[in-house]
Amino acid sequence: MSATLLALRGVETCYGNIIALRGVDIDVNEGEIVALIGANGAGKSTLMMTISGDPRARRGSITFAGRDITKTPTHEIARLGIAQSPEGRRIFARMSVLENLQMGAAVCGSGHFVEDVERMFAIFPRLKERAQQRGGTLSGGEQQMLAIARALMSRPRLLMLDEPSLGLAPLIVKLIFDVIADLNKTQGLTVFLVEQNAHHALRLAHRAYVLVNGAVAMQGAGRELLERPEIRAAYLEGGQ
Amino acid sequence: MGNFLQQLINGVTLGSIYGLIAIGYTMVFGIIGMVNFAHGDVFMLSAFIALIFYLALTQMFGVLSLPLAFILVLLGAMVFTGLWNWAIERVAYRPLRGSFRLAPLISAIGMSIFLSNFVQVVQGPRNKPTPPLFTDLIKVEVGGYDVTLSYKQIMIVSVTALLLAGFWFLVQKTSLGRAQRACEQDRKMAALLGVDVNRTISMTFVIGAMLAAVAGTLYMVYYGVVNFADGAAPGLKAFTAAVFGGIGSLQGAVIGGLIIGLVEVFFSAYFSSDYKDVAPYAILIVTLIFMPSGLLGRPEVEKV
Repeated sequence: MSATLLALRGVETCYGNIIALRGVDIDVNEGEIVALIGANGAGKSTLMMTISGDPRARRGSITFAGRDITKTPTHEIARLGIAQSPEGRRIFARMSVLENLQMGAAVCGSGHFVEDVERMFAIFPRLKERAQQRGGTLSGGEQQMLAIARALMSRPRLLMLDEPSLGLAPLIVKLIFDVIADLNKTQGLTVFLVEQNAHHALRLAHRAYVLVNGAVAMQGAGRELLERPEIRAAYLEGGQ
Repeated sequence: MGNFLQQLINGVTLGSIYGLIAIGYTMVFGIIGMVNFAHGDVFMLSAFIALIFYLALTQMFGVLSLPLAFILVLLGAMVFTGLWNWAIERVAYRPLRGSFRLAPLISAIGMSIFLSNFVQVVQGPRNKPTPPLFTDLIKVEVGGYDVTLSYKQIMIVSVTALLLAGFWFLVQKTSLGRAQRACEQDRKMAALLGVDVNRTISMTFVIGAMLAAVAGTLYMVYYGVVNFADGAAPGLKAFTAAVFGGIGSLQGAVIGGLIIGLVEVFFSAYFSSDYKDVAPYAILIVTLIFMPSGLLGRPEVEKV
């Protein structure tokens, strides 16, 4: 087993008086794809943002690469090598695609900017066609590609993706999941993925956690969870 | 025709000064959504800093070359006013970030009162005359009317143009400018990408103050007199210019400044100089009725 890259222990997060996370323990190992699935409002996005320090965990600890980041400011967490493509993509609408990518590279300086942009354009050729266009004019799928590419521009040690499949056509979802799998396989990129689309996520992930009402209800290998009847009932067949 | 040309020259000169101040309002509003009511007084303070620098350079250090002295004064005023505004943001606005929206506004009004009173106490309430600088004139007769173009005016307009070009480059092409625009659009996302949001906001205040310092220096040279109360009227007019051009828009601030300057000058030349202050505000009101977000402003639409 490879080294633990990210470890959450007893993490509790609140919004005012509302408790969003109740003592979450999660490990993400180097080179793994870990998925976090759960229903709307289970606290998935809150968990992701808590790792980035916004909002802050009220209790518990978050360790990244052996360093306690529970109280580290958000921008410094990013500089340590955690890149996030957050809920809602948050593309800078009044900046061009290229400028959005430049913002992604803000952390690591401009040393290998040109090379990295070429790499992103190779992964997502659509972005190349749109390079000078404003972020706000892109379609949903293109914005998602841009959000992932922007996160990758910082050459992160841990890539966190919040619902990369949300609202996208099946073909684009497949493209994006293929890209994630490929980056993991060829470059050993560690990925922590939040998904409502449990089917896709569990097939992609090495391991997965199920979050219910702000607490981890189940965990296991992705494929194994996929077979469990309670998961099938709650997250896979429930809507059908 | 000659008179028109003369007023055009005067209006553009005045408008340049308003435009430089207006950028400070619009930048701060863009990045933290706050109207910095102390900005006019920061402008006034910078004029005093410029005067002190000028006197120190020429009297104490014996700098004789006027262009050299002027450039040093400009730089000194920019640095010191930048430091002042940096400190003001740290003391009066940053602790209130995250509190309710009106709190920093009240704090800014307090800071405005503090600054004008502070200058009044330490520099005295009387007008401070400044030595006449760049007094040469160019006279051209147009249609039986002597149009004068002073070296001052040439200098004011060209310094402004040069600075705006540099400023545009800073905002559009440098990583600081990009970080600023990113914070303006989505501070949370900017932080997720490793941008130090607090530092970026501080830099915005420093840059706004530096442009105000240039305006303050030019104002001192143009009118030849500075007073502790000088922050109020130009400050309010520059704020009007920023709203008129569309608050949050940098081009809008410059265009708004020029228009307000021109309207003021033309109104006093052709109608009545007693009512010259009424004209810009009247135009502002009419514009806002038909274009609530100003000339170049974005309508307030919530992101989906």
